[in-house]
Amino acid sequence: MGVATRFFGLTLMHSGICMRRPQLVFNEIYNAGVLSLIIIIVSGLFVGMVLGLQGYETLQTYGSEEALGILVALSLVRELGPVVAALLFASRAGSAITAEIGLMKATEQIAAMEMMAVDPLARVVAPRFWGAVISMPLLAALFSAMGIFGGYLVGVVLIGVDEGSFWSQMQAAVDVREDVMNGVIKSVVFGVAVTVIALFEGYDAPPTAEGVSRATTRTVVTSSLAILALDFVLTAFMFRGV
Amino acid sequence: MQRTTLDLWVGLFVLAGIGALLFLALKVGNVGGFESRDSYVIKARFANIGGLKPRAPVKSAGVVVGRVADIRLDPDYYEAEVVMWLDAAYRFPIDTSAAIMTSGLLGEQYIALEAGAEDKMIAAGETLRITQGAVVLENLIGQFLFSQQGGAEK
Repeated sequence: MGVATRFFGLTLMHSGICMRRPQLVFNEIYNAGVLSLIIIIVSGLFVGMVLGLQGYETLQTYGSEEALGILVALSLVRELGPVVAALLFASRAGSAITAEIGLMKATEQIAAMEMMAVDPLARVVAPRFWGAVISMPLLAALFSAMGIFGGYLVGVVLIGVDEGSFWSQMQAAVDVREDVMNGVIKSVVFGVAVTVIALFEGYDAPPTAEGVSRATTRTVVTSSLAILALDFVLTAFMFRGV
Repeated sequence: MQRTTLDLWVGLFVLAGIGALLFLALKVGNVGGFESRDSYVIKARFANIGGLKPRAPVKSAGVVVGRVADIRLDPDYYEAEVVMWLDAAYRFPIDTSAAIMTSGLLGEQYIALEAGAEDKMIAAGETLRITQGAVVLENLIGQFLFSQQGGAEK
């Protein structure tokens, strides 16, 4: 834990190169963000559709199926969007980062960089960190938006909940500062946590095939647990009620 | 992959993400509220606010005309002082009365404004004189039981 924190601090200190050579960060946004786009969009759509179906079933018993919009939007924007997107991100992009850096170490590319007086923290780690941290909130927002669209598809188009009350109740209940901003803050925190864990595990991995495979597994397990634990802490702070 | 295609994808991705954020902010959420629009503040003192919370709606004839900004205990009167924002498009006479109502049996509480008959309009920062606090269900049940008992003794 202490080593990981020091590693995080060193990464931040070596981030100057990302300002001088933004192309490095663009490459990593492509790797972490654009390549995760399909899984995020498809799963967001399905999560929203399931929420629409299940929510309708329950709300119908109380005769308040117009509240479907509130249910779908609040659960996505506050919780499911940031958390599920971060979990997918950890398994899609985090594992890739760990495996890549672990293999770089195993094939002695990192040692070679050090020999050439290129700081691997600045050249390899920092761009990946910023690329992933920038991608994460965007992916979470896309997930929530797709989920709400999925809920709309099932609720309004398929089942036939009134479209006007679906949107207007949603707008009345969702607050930009309280809900949307807190969701964005959550996704940024998750992005930092997942990326630091992924980078550290990769950098720390024993330079063998087995070591890399174990480090990749550990990345997914540790960052999933970290996401869920952090989510509890953040939720406790954000939505304790007035 | 060529650098230009890669940059194009990154640009599209960032644009889509920002677009999704804007969608959440504009279409899903309610931007701003009354604080950012043209509005003015009035106050009202209630004997009991029940479960009223900040950001609860202020309605007149059922139309939302403002929001509760702040609730605090007035130490001079030991009454709750409620500060609320009203939309500048709506002006009310100075003898307007405020009551704390509940939407539905179990719904959230809101402030209902009943316009008075005076010609003079209330100015920003002034306090409403006629108020009616929240109905506390426990007191109501207590009164009901008490009146039942009184009836039985007769």
